[in-house]
Amino acid sequence: MLAPIHPAYPATPAQRVETLTPAIGLSHLKLLEAESIHIFREVAAEFQKPVMLYSIGKDSAVMLRLAQKAFFPGPIPFPLLHVDTGYKFREMIAFRDSIARELSLDLRVWRNEQALADGANPVALGTQRCCGLLKTTALLDGLRHYGFDAAFGGARRDEEKSRAKERIFSFRDRAGQWDPKNQRPEVWNLYNARISPGESIRVFPLSNWTELDIWHYILLEEIPIVPLYFAKERRMIVRGNSLIPVEQSFLNSLPGEEQWVRSRLRSLGCSPCTGAIRSDADTIPKIIAELVSFRSSERANRVIDHDTDGSMEIKKREGYF
Amino acid sequence: MTTQEAIPQIEDNGFAIDEFLAAEAAKDLLRFSTAGSVDDGKSTLIGRLLYDSRNVYEDQVRAVTGKQVSLRPTIDFALLTDGLRAEREQGITIDVAYRYFSTQRRKFIIADTPGHEQYTRNMATGASTADLAIILIDARKGILTQSRRHAYIASLLGTRHLVAAINKMDLVGFSEDVYRKITAELQTLVEQVGSHALLTIPVSALEGDNVVDRSTRMSWYEGPTLLEHLESVPVGTDIATQPFRMPVQRVIRPDQNYRGFAGQISAGTIRKGDLITVLPSGRSSRVASITTFDGDLEEARAPLSIALTLEDELDISRGDLLSEPQRAPQQATSLKALLVWFDNQRLETHRPYLLKHGASMRSARITRVVQRTNVHTLAEEAVSTLGMNDIGVVEIELTLPIFSDAYAENRASGSFILIHPQTNATLAAGMIRSSLSSGSSRPQPRGVLLLDTRGTVISRDVEERLIAAGTQVVRTQIDDAAILHSLLSLGLIVLLERALPVDVLESLASAGIHPIEAETYQPAKGELHGQ
Repeated sequence: MLAPIHPAYPATPAQRVETLTPAIGLSHLKLLEAESIHIFREVAAEFQKPVMLYSIGKDSAVMLRLAQKAFFPGPIPFPLLHVDTGYKFREMIAFRDSIARELSLDLRVWRNEQALADGANPVALGTQRCCGLLKTTALLDGLRHYGFDAAFGGARRDEEKSRAKERIFSFRDRAGQWDPKNQRPEVWNLYNARISPGESIRVFPLSNWTELDIWHYILLEEIPIVPLYFAKERRMIVRGNSLIPVEQSFLNSLPGEEQWVRSRLRSLGCSPCTGAIRSDADTIPKIIAELVSFRSSERANRVIDHDTDGSMEIKKREGYF
Repeated sequence: MTTQEAIPQIEDNGFAIDEFLAAEAAKDLLRFSTAGSVDDGKSTLIGRLLYDSRNVYEDQVRAVTGKQVSLRPTIDFALLTDGLRAEREQGITIDVAYRYFSTQRRKFIIADTPGHEQYTRNMATGASTADLAIILIDARKGILTQSRRHAYIASLLGTRHLVAAINKMDLVGFSEDVYRKITAELQTLVEQVGSHALLTIPVSALEGDNVVDRSTRMSWYEGPTLLEHLESVPVGTDIATQPFRMPVQRVIRPDQNYRGFAGQISAGTIRKGDLITVLPSGRSSRVASITTFDGDLEEARAPLSIALTLEDELDISRGDLLSEPQRAPQQATSLKALLVWFDNQRLETHRPYLLKHGASMRSARITRVVQRTNVHTLAEEAVSTLGMNDIGVVEIELTLPIFSDAYAENRASGSFILIHPQTNATLAAGMIRSSLSSGSSRPQPRGVLLLDTRGTVISRDVEERLIAAGTQVVRTQIDDAAILHSLLSLGLIVLLERALPVDVLESLASAGIHPIEAETYQPAKGELHGQ
């Protein structure tokens, strides 16, 4: 049994429902939840072989809970796919496996074994090529291997500017690529799920959620998340303003750079490319308090977005989530 | 009130996370669309709204300062919202971008849509889910065709509240006269497009007047600032009191003991024990339970996603509609609807398209384009087809009935999309005006009414010709509306040897039947009546 990682907020479900209900109308979280559940059910009904891309992070955790809700009391009627770059934090993999056991999930794991055998890593190849091989290529190969025709992703429109225009049902051609100029118009909640063989749809049920919504929902719903999000003393290479987790780091630390630092991760990526932040936030409310005072968007500590101007858009065109 | 209070400072020891979270949980949601032309300063306005309400992350601000040559040492707010590479090259917004911000009272979703004319479809997309639309008007230029089009499209898509932000007031010396003149013209326009509530606010997006903070330079304006208005507009209050509707998305059946019908309530409220009718079967049962992951509910209302179990075992599948029995939607195999045409392939009448309505998919043909609205002049034009970005009224025939309400009464059960069965393109968004046929629960075969007033001999020739062509014909002189309706509903060709009274003609027209001159009629290939 996974223990709740944070102190309970409203103690009982009844109190939670009350908290979720403002005086007039429904709260924004209830509305977002209802919209996401509708999307899950549409996809499950209209596609032959949907899959949920599970990245182990907080957005995936929320997505997973929403999928449970959409099909309750039945099981989630599609598998989960984790694209494992081979450089994920050990705590992420342990968490993934325990959740899969706990919820009896059909979890598939896909790695670009060839690239890993050839020694692909971000230092040797550069971040962009490394991501291209271990994430994008692996993802497209994994989807093709299993013949998935729809893939849920946890991306939100508030994350990054090129995501702001993403549809909820995002059409991908036979090569898995995204053409921002050729997106299907999306009106009301009527989604066009029709595709030809070889084409696919990426579905983003969290499109309208913000980072704060995600955290708040995790709190209210007591959704388990990877402990790396919570502050504790961790072994870090301290270089300038950056905190680089020692685990799997390709950096050779200079004398004195390796220290115990009270820190946490704001977003979970690959260990060599994810920076930590100094933080005391060891509960969800503290994380939220930190978030609202921080005002720095969360992907900024991922190295990838800074390679070139508009780099996320290029990745997306190629098939990255 | 400003939103600065909404952002608690962690350095402040008085910061109470519990209070903050309680306030968060009580917020509702307003979706609004913005539409404006390239030079209206729309992106600047949104940038200002985000910036002044402290919703722009600092690294995003860093990423857009100093990239464009600017005479002012200020942030280019427009760059905060224009994301895609192609747009930056063209210097215009080309698609719908969604933005998120919140204040102490509300969460907001902005659908930011482009203003130039080839993107009417994006404007319609943004407006389809919006409760409110902000129309940008350049104070120096007054109401342009774009403003007219925005107001028209927002109104068509059922956006309840229209707000005109009269921008660039700094460039007209904050003149009250300019504001009053534009406001008067807008009132006339809004009456013309049939929208309900209009508020006009004089603003300067660039300098921040009346966007979030009250302007000190327009003391003559006593209304709310833009943000104050956005925070106080009522939202989502009427949908829960409408007649209950829930399209069945999926049947959940984990084992023999549970059979739940899952869907998102599109209108109304449902309680345990309520009687519901299943359409199209027309059978009724009572709600045994309202199931959710968080426990059974006594009551649920639109737009919650739920699953229902019923007291009786009814045959229900995806695409069926659960409705309250008293106020059920109209059954129709023939519709009059307003279309916003999206695709660059033009509308083809009589070509089979797919029509998605709720969770149901039907084969549909557009039989007639009634008219197109010129979005520049709002004049109605007679045309035979619609092209990309056209808006027009059409008549549609369905192979199987749908159960719908007029869009003006119910956004969810009055809307549909058209999909091309081969290319899979989303061709158009449709809003139902009225159903042209209704009645029994079976799809009605449609007869043809031929009129011939020249005499029995000629009529007999026509009859023989039609019988030879393999059709079933009834020749009659009875002009009773009920009898004609029943003959036609059998799919027969009715050859009437006399002129029809006006009331009978009207009765037939309301069922979508229009008499044809007998002599000119040729049965279409493969159209065998009376089968």
